[in-house]
Amino acid sequence: MTGLVVGPAVPEAFLFLVATLLLGVGAFLPERRAAEVMTPVAVIVLLVTAMLVMAVGPGRAFAFGGHFVHDGFAAFLKVVALVVAAGAVLVAPGWFADERTARFEYPILALFSALGMLMMVSANSLLALYMAVELHSLPLYVMAAIKRDSLRASEAGLKYFVLGALASGLLLYGASLVYGFTGTLMFDELARAHAGAGAAPLPLGALVGLIFLVAGFAFKLAAVPFHMWTPDVYEGAPTPVVAFVAAAPKLAAVGLALRVLHEPFGAFADEWRQVIVLVALGSMILGAFAAIGQTNLKRLMAYSTIGHVGYAFVGLAAGTATGVQGVLVYMAIYAVMTLGTFACILMMRRQGRYVEAIDDLAGLSRTDPLMALALALLMFSLAGIPPLAGFFAKLYVFLAAVEAGLVWLAVVGVLTSVVGAFYYLRIVKLMYFDEPAEAFDRLRRPELQLVAAASAAFVALFLLWPTPLLSAAEAAARVLVGS
Amino acid sequence: MSFPIPLSHYLVLAAVLFTIGVFGIFLNRKNVIVILMSIELLLLAVNVNFVAFSAYLGDLAGQVFALFVLTVAAAEAAIGLAIVVVYFRNRGSIEVEDINLMRG
Repeated sequence: MTGLVVGPAVPEAFLFLVATLLLGVGAFLPERRAAEVMTPVAVIVLLVTAMLVMAVGPGRAFAFGGHFVHDGFAAFLKVVALVVAAGAVLVAPGWFADERTARFEYPILALFSALGMLMMVSANSLLALYMAVELHSLPLYVMAAIKRDSLRASEAGLKYFVLGALASGLLLYGASLVYGFTGTLMFDELARAHAGAGAAPLPLGALVGLIFLVAGFAFKLAAVPFHMWTPDVYEGAPTPVVAFVAAAPKLAAVGLALRVLHEPFGAFADEWRQVIVLVALGSMILGAFAAIGQTNLKRLMAYSTIGHVGYAFVGLAAGTATGVQGVLVYMAIYAVMTLGTFACILMMRRQGRYVEAIDDLAGLSRTDPLMALALALLMFSLAGIPPLAGFFAKLYVFLAAVEAGLVWLAVVGVLTSVVGAFYYLRIVKLMYFDEPAEAFDRLRRPELQLVAAASAAFVALFLLWPTPLLSAAEAAARVLVGS
Repeated sequence: MSFPIPLSHYLVLAAVLFTIGVFGIFLNRKNVIVILMSIELLLLAVNVNFVAFSAYLGDLAGQVFALFVLTVAAAEAAIGLAIVVVYFRNRGSIEVEDINLMRG
């Protein structure tokens, strides 16, 4: 592992070079023109990168002196994250144009953040982990505050930045303890030193470090007890930014948590499981109950995210290959549902102003039946009602938990999803049974309709053709938890 | 190599600095700049850890890591200050108590 090997990191290298180049190009184009062309270019770049990832293949390969690993697990998450990120970039320009904040930097920041996500799922050392997490979050802070004349957006950006930086600090402190007590930064050396019977137990200091690492992940994933930034950021930040923040980065952070907990610390599942169970429990309960009283749709989606991350952590707590598969399926489906929901929220414009209260949806089935149908499908799926995709997502993580002997956790999960179903169904009830409010503006935004329709179709038709996602997730899980 | 100061002293120092940083973020009632300073303190406390571990393990990786952390800290401070400036332009204040437009 000497010398600079870049081979397996070609997609990342491509993304980096193109993003840097576009930044230069954007600076020389006239401002309005640059903002217009940059979004489609960024979407194409993200999709090309996803194709490059598939071209690299699922074989395990290292780059950058072993700090970067590409394998089937990373490939799965990279492709899903890139496609979801492309969707989130695609829906953005309309909103920004309406709010007169169209800037060419936005898609480029999204590209850099996506680059950070790719590096996160491929990180194979504590150093790569930290650099990747920072690379993915720094652009997100800027994106959250990009609407510079809005007090709410800049407050959201400030809160996101402060708590995100605190999370990075926790992560970093954990990394330093793990490094100090085990003597290495590399994940495979960590795994080798502590795997197998009769191997050295994990020093207490490294265990404390591991807890700090998990706290950092929980922060990035908006899991209880590190969730407090989420509702404020979701409410205050521009809606397209929230669509981006809520979907793709969660995939990358889950990927990172899965890799760290299963590869270097796989032998200590009993130690970290308790922490993960607590986080899962807290997130599921808070996500279900705190969302009930919400009146703002974006704020509601924040609590929904917290709850869904809790369900994904149930699969993580199982610590088995089925558990990892469940988490991967869950997060992929979650990302698609969330993206679709935000595409619908982006269509909520009335008399030239974007609205985001839940009551604004009243009677939508009569004013815009197609949008109401898409949103209803997504809400049913988020609630986990069969036969939609969200049901299967929950089924797989709960099955994994039951197999791993965590029956009570699965029971709590089912109970909280029943509670959670209340506020999703309330939205459906509002749309179908309440007196219609004034109709939304007719937006001519085919990209919003495309994303909303595609994700609604995905959740509705997942039942008919689930094999590709399931088998891809299974193959990815087997890479991580070797069988 | 002999070390006149035992490793534990460095670790305690780093832990104390880190704790001060965390408390600086949560108990701070003054202004946002103090929060930015606390964030910087967190990262520097970790650097103390890394450099001490690196010296005692006789392994350079920790010191390399510390250099990376310094670089990232600079980028983070730049972005943080930029966001604070944007916020100040809108709000006309950087008092922590004034950051209350949204609940939570």
